[in-house]
Amino acid sequence: MTQFFQQLINGLSIGSVYALMAVGYSLVYSIMNFSNFAHGGVIMFGAYFGYFFLKLLKFPFPLAFITSAVCTAILALIIERAAYKPLRERKAPFLYFIISAMGTSIFLENLIIAIPAIGPTFRTYPEVFSKHPFKIGELAIGRLDIMMFIVSAICLVLLIYIIDYTKIGKAIQATSYNIKASALMGVNTDFIIVAIFLMGGFLAGIAGVLFGMKYTVYPQIGGITIKSFIAAVFGGLGSLPGAVVGSILLGIIETFTSGYISSQYRDLIAFVLLIAVLVFRPMGLMGKVTEDKA
Amino acid sequence: MSKEYLLGILTLAGINLMTVLGLSLLTGFTGLFSFGHAGFMAIGGYTAAMMTVNFHWPFIPALLAGGLAAALVSAVIGKVTLNLKGDYFCIATLGFGEAIRLVLDNVQYFGGARGWPGVPYYTNIWNVLLINVVAVIALANLIRSRHGRNMIAVREEELASQIIGINVFKYKMISLMISAGFAGIAGGMMGHYMTFLQPKMFSLVKSTELTIIVIFGGLGSISGSVLGALVLTSLPEILRAFYEWRLVFYGLAVIFIMISRPEGLMGGYELTPSSMKKLYRNLMSKRKGGFQSIGGGK
Repeated sequence: MTQFFQQLINGLSIGSVYALMAVGYSLVYSIMNFSNFAHGGVIMFGAYFGYFFLKLLKFPFPLAFITSAVCTAILALIIERAAYKPLRERKAPFLYFIISAMGTSIFLENLIIAIPAIGPTFRTYPEVFSKHPFKIGELAIGRLDIMMFIVSAICLVLLIYIIDYTKIGKAIQATSYNIKASALMGVNTDFIIVAIFLMGGFLAGIAGVLFGMKYTVYPQIGGITIKSFIAAVFGGLGSLPGAVVGSILLGIIETFTSGYISSQYRDLIAFVLLIAVLVFRPMGLMGKVTEDKA
Repeated sequence: MSKEYLLGILTLAGINLMTVLGLSLLTGFTGLFSFGHAGFMAIGGYTAAMMTVNFHWPFIPALLAGGLAAALVSAVIGKVTLNLKGDYFCIATLGFGEAIRLVLDNVQYFGGARGWPGVPYYTNIWNVLLINVVAVIALANLIRSRHGRNMIAVREEELASQIIGINVFKYKMISLMISAGFAGIAGGMMGHYMTFLQPKMFSLVKSTELTIIVIFGGLGSISGSVLGALVLTSLPEILRAFYEWRLVFYGLAVIFIMISRPEGLMGGYELTPSSMKKLYRNLMSKRKGGFQSIGGGK
């Protein structure tokens, strides 16, 4: 029983970080209807920014969080302007967006490897939280895990507050429902797209720092972020609550697989889950049913 | 630059080209995008290697067995995913491609993640060339046939082609199976060229690279795919002096093509003997135009 709760706690903590990443995929999908694979690269940059600010500039911990998140938000915006805006203006089909996103992701990953001062080496964050875990009875809960969960929860609550209760949130909802009609109603859709990229990028930065602290920082970290994309599909692409629920479930499923079966099957389970969802319920747990417009 | 080195690059380009030709049928002519073709290459590669190593089959039948295995797996995948709309088909192929790789990681019979050394060295530039020529001719004839025209109709307007009586699902399935078969054969050639197979060789990055080649060459153009495979396989070799930076430029080039010339190098036009003759004549009489379109690009 102890092991069960231990795995559950680990799953919640990793799932909450997946959620931070997954909402980035979902936000973009809800407005622009394509899977933004460059998001993994942005998360990776977040991890490197955090490393840079914490280790080299010796920023205090909360400041490092905010500065990295601001940097990734700007990076996400630059990507939108450079790689997607020209396509949007031409009304290109969604596949061109995906290829452009793939190109961006190749570019970002290899840029990190190519810059001589950074390179492909693995880097570890300085120890911000002591490795000594809290003890509740038999359970050992890492301080970092608790912090990951709390930070993610705060960010997600904030995001949902913005989407549900502010004017710009209402505009985002309207745009995701019908971009043309909301433009006719006076919503500045270009500004909305800027806003979602800034928000997604900001959360990506925070997720990147958390991820870097939990594990290590290396250029291929984007390969892990593909799992948060799976979580977004699992929950229903374009749905924010779906992305959160899907991520938490995926995190728990993953830790249970590695805890009870074998860690070798952890990634396989994630992809099998992706396929199963697409075959049996393509709109995901909470997504809306979409139809191709002829 | 020695002759062997040059031939080596050409052989690699030829192997890539084989997959790209199949992918060109699926993406350029039927309008379905796949991020999982490296998975089909893996199936073909491992099957063909199993045939030559464990059952001592000759090279060509082993390749065909690899292609067949990939086509059969793709039929199962297509059965469950071809009805998915838009983005979701491409995500499903991504999932299948990665799942195939991760399963192979755990199959100890094939050496698991450590890889499988000792595959015989059968692939050379001549049999790659021969197989590619056969593939190009077969593909060109397929596209000019009724079936090929039906596929193009599906690409252009799915709903309309269904209304005029084209079995959309069937043609998508045929296209997927042929392209997976091509990828399987290419995987077999790759295994027998590298003399080593490892699941890591068939990752999502490889699938992406293949799709990028098709788009770079131009959707709906076989000659574009040929050009694309030649250019994009040799480009990293030419840039080898800037080893670390070559993939940075590669990524930039992909974005640049998407935003500046999305129709790719050839963009639906074909370079055939007759179109070249026409082009030559046009150049002589100093008039514009020249390429002949068989794909009817957008």
